[in-house]
Amino acid sequence: MSMTYSYYKNMQLNNIIFVYQGEVTADLVSSILQMVENKLEGEGEDRKVKKRVFNVMVECLQNVYHHLDALPPTDPSNPVRDKTALLMIGREEKDYYIITGNHILNDRLPDLKMRLDRINKASKEELKQLYQEVLTGTGFSEKGTAGLGMIDIARKSGQRLGYDFHPVNERYSFFSLEARVSRIAEK
Amino acid sequence: MRNLVIEPTSKTPKVILNADLGIFEITGRSIPEDAIGFYRKILDWIEEYGKSPLPDTSFKFQLEYFNTSSSKCLLDIFRKLERMHKNGHKVTIRWHYDADDEDMAETGQDYQALLDVPFELVPV
Repeated sequence: MSMTYSYYKNMQLNNIIFVYQGEVTADLVSSILQMVENKLEGEGEDRKVKKRVFNVMVECLQNVYHHLDALPPTDPSNPVRDKTALLMIGREEKDYYIITGNHILNDRLPDLKMRLDRINKASKEELKQLYQEVLTGTGFSEKGTAGLGMIDIARKSGQRLGYDFHPVNERYSFFSLEARVSRIAEK
Repeated sequence: MRNLVIEPTSKTPKVILNADLGIFEITGRSIPEDAIGFYRKILDWIEEYGKSPLPDTSFKFQLEYFNTSSSKCLLDIFRKLERMHKNGHKVTIRWHYDADDEDMAETGQDYQALLDVPFELVPV
């Protein structure tokens, strides 16, 4: 129990509204969205900011839900694959931030990194073009999402996406993504 | 043809497709994980309706939020309406949005630019 206070202080220092570590299911995503939406509502956050945060949160959470690579079972007698991830939402003085962390197969890493770098280099206008190209282009990936998520997150965020790949073993890395939404609504 | 009415949920919009009354509406939020699954019935209905539509079809969209997988499905709906228009039927898409929601206005403009069918932006 002695850790409780340090968890609490740590979360408070990092302005964390919400943090979750565990399996990501559709129901869980719904519950988190509802909870955070209520919280934003209750605290009287600017409507535009609230909408943007909600939008970015939907894409980030659903991205993890659709694209995380489950780890092989740790216990050979228990065949359940590890589909856990980290989901975190915080509020600083100037920004909301949404951080997700999940395992990803190393094979997928170069392509993902390339896409993220391309998005981060793009201007507002280029992001719009990219969005339209993907929207009208090749259609859905095998997992039923349009590949538009990251572009949409970047457009709504208006800031560069933070990301990191932490090597886990020869097959997997841990991918973290951070999206920020400014609390200062533009006119 | 049979009307299609779908009640809203926390993740899916209210849908009214009523050819008898000439009401065609999708309103609310559209953030399902499986957008294709949700929109399949709607697309099938519009496909069928497009074979012998009313003299004038006004389709209202008023979305508070939608996720990117829904955005692709919306485009599929618009394409079907565009085809009806190209086949000589009168079709108008009305994109309603909260007047101070620039993101939703911009999304409407994005679609408008991609389509060859009357597409009105309606701030409310």
